[in-house]
Amino acid sequence: MLQNIVFIILLALGGGIFARKVGKIRRNIFLGRPLDRTDRKSERWTTMARVAMGQSKMVARPVAGFFHILIYVGFVLINLEVLEIVIDGIFGTHRVFQPLLGDFYNVIIGFFEILAIGVILACVVFFWRRNIQPVARFTSLEMTGWPRLDANLILIIEVVLMSALLLMNTAEANMEGKTGYAISNLLAPMLAGVSENGLHSIERISWWAHIVGILAFLNYLPYSKHFHIILAFPNTWYAQLEPSGQMNNMESVQKEVAMMLDPNANPYAAPAEGAEAPGRFGAKDVMDLPWKSLLDAYSCTECGRCTSVCPANTTGKLLSPRKIMMDTRDRLEIVGANIDKNGSFVDDGKSLLGDHIKAEEIQACNTCNACVEACPVLINPVSIITELRRYQAMEASQVPSEWGLMFNNIENNGAPWQFPAADRMGWADNLEVKTKNAEA
Amino acid sequence: MSAITLKIDTMAELAAKGEAPEILFWVGCAGSFDDRARKITRAVAAILHEVGMKFAVLGTEESCTGDPAKRAGNEFLFQMQAAQNIQVMNMYEVKKIVTACPHCFNTLKNEYPELGGNYEVLHHATLLQQLINEGRLKVKDGGAFKGKRITFHDSCYLGRANGIYEAPRQVLEALDADLVEMKRSKAKGLCCGAGGAQMFKEAEKGNKEVNIERIEDALETQPDVVAAACPFCMTMLTDGVKNKEKESSIKVYDIAELIAGANGLIN
Repeated sequence: MLQNIVFIILLALGGGIFARKVGKIRRNIFLGRPLDRTDRKSERWTTMARVAMGQSKMVARPVAGFFHILIYVGFVLINLEVLEIVIDGIFGTHRVFQPLLGDFYNVIIGFFEILAIGVILACVVFFWRRNIQPVARFTSLEMTGWPRLDANLILIIEVVLMSALLLMNTAEANMEGKTGYAISNLLAPMLAGVSENGLHSIERISWWAHIVGILAFLNYLPYSKHFHIILAFPNTWYAQLEPSGQMNNMESVQKEVAMMLDPNANPYAAPAEGAEAPGRFGAKDVMDLPWKSLLDAYSCTECGRCTSVCPANTTGKLLSPRKIMMDTRDRLEIVGANIDKNGSFVDDGKSLLGDHIKAEEIQACNTCNACVEACPVLINPVSIITELRRYQAMEASQVPSEWGLMFNNIENNGAPWQFPAADRMGWADNLEVKTKNAEA
Repeated sequence: MSAITLKIDTMAELAAKGEAPEILFWVGCAGSFDDRARKITRAVAAILHEVGMKFAVLGTEESCTGDPAKRAGNEFLFQMQAAQNIQVMNMYEVKKIVTACPHCFNTLKNEYPELGGNYEVLHHATLLQQLINEGRLKVKDGGAFKGKRITFHDSCYLGRANGIYEAPRQVLEALDADLVEMKRSKAKGLCCGAGGAQMFKEAEKGNKEVNIERIEDALETQPDVVAAACPFCMTMLTDGVKNKEKESSIKVYDIAELIAGANGLIN
């Protein structure tokens, strides 16, 4: 009875603290500017099914893709067992589904055990790829300190959770009148000499370690890159469906330009009653970004596929699309903590652009969309970069001087170069062709 | 075959005669002013003439789409350019546009509709592919590029940005050439280094130029010809080939130049 009460308290506490933190992250995300991404719903469901559930982009890199799917499938399916653990914990039952499912139960648990082995194997491979023979994208500048530790902690926790599950079943396999399952039967000899009491202790300790571990891991997620296991789903659902080359329209600027060009507009007219004050052009800080960019930041798992295909980064420039996402999240967390402390955001004299992301980084972007294409969860680093560029160009007037010249040329000659517009037809001079179609 | 000097119609001239073309040829700034890109423009014009497609250009009424301004962050300038261009094209009741520049293509096709400019916009790769498929454009047997090793460089704004990977390749297949892919191609293609308004400024500090990295991909395929479908890629790739001192053995051509050249339409 005491055990049930302890379990219920832990469950409520674990769930409650997690829900509270998720609420804060949700609040942080919606500090961003409004953006409607609720159109074309059926396409959105298909995209989410294909990219998040189906992991379609993960397999672009076959080795990482294969092992990731192993962990993903293991995680999703083994968590079905957590349902049983929760019911058992609350009501003091033991393997409540066993009598209901009969032999099929043994098959399922046996399958889960095989998956658990797969997950452990994948974690070892991933640990190897990060630490023993590191893949280049895991050792770049931004992957030191916490991001590196975070990645390793996740792998270790997953191995511990899976081991607890296997140990629990292995202990039970040795008990009087009980049987194990596919893997635990094979592992059973490991605990052969242990007394019946000892086996019960091991089984109980493992059971508690597994569920407490899961609750702890759940609460670790929102502080970690591992939060992607949840946000990958909404993030793919809300992804941009338009061609990736299409940059968003700024309606505020469109209106202003329309007014400028309208000969009947009164330039001194007061703004309409109740009209919103025009916001900042582009983004200097995280609140200036559309909320989807902030969701992107929390969804990023720092895999670095974006950075590894970035033409700027691979030719030694400072820009790293992954760092853009990590910086955005870091700054948003600081802003969130500021709000928690002060009730509402109090200017701290800092901003995303300048204190986290340097002008040199955003100026190196080719807007080639390789990073967007590479991201397994449809994050768009380019849209953050271009919003920051907009601030630089339209608010701060801090563009590279050659761009200033290019702007002038477009304004004056209608071309980015200093050629007179009158020469536009120069290409057609003396255009000699040999043709069977003689009609000129 | 007879040699003639083509006279290019402008929309204004046709409108004065009460006529309208089948298609507007949007030349773009590079195609209008850049010496190398002008050759691409001439090739496209020669092909359109050869297949008997009635076309016209805006001439001095054409102005930058605003793409580089928008990518560099200057939305005001972009909106000014867009408003001006849309006004001109709507005045001429333009329905269909072809352009040889993927950046113009992307802007006209994706970013003008929201601002009141609704047209059917084709990149010349797609138009050429259609003309070949319809049998209107044929490549002569034994054209100059038959059996040559050609590698195609995907422009970001045609490929990833708009998902057009097959059209330019199908055009090249018509040449009966030996098409070889670079290790990074199609959705994984590497940028030439010009996009995002980089064309108009020095690159940021790094250890290599992007176009050198890209031309090394191309050289690995041991090509006779590097094919492009974008005037800015053309500049970057040509510079890359020069940097590697390969300009005598490797030529960089636009797909339109290859088709026009194979048919002996232009010199």
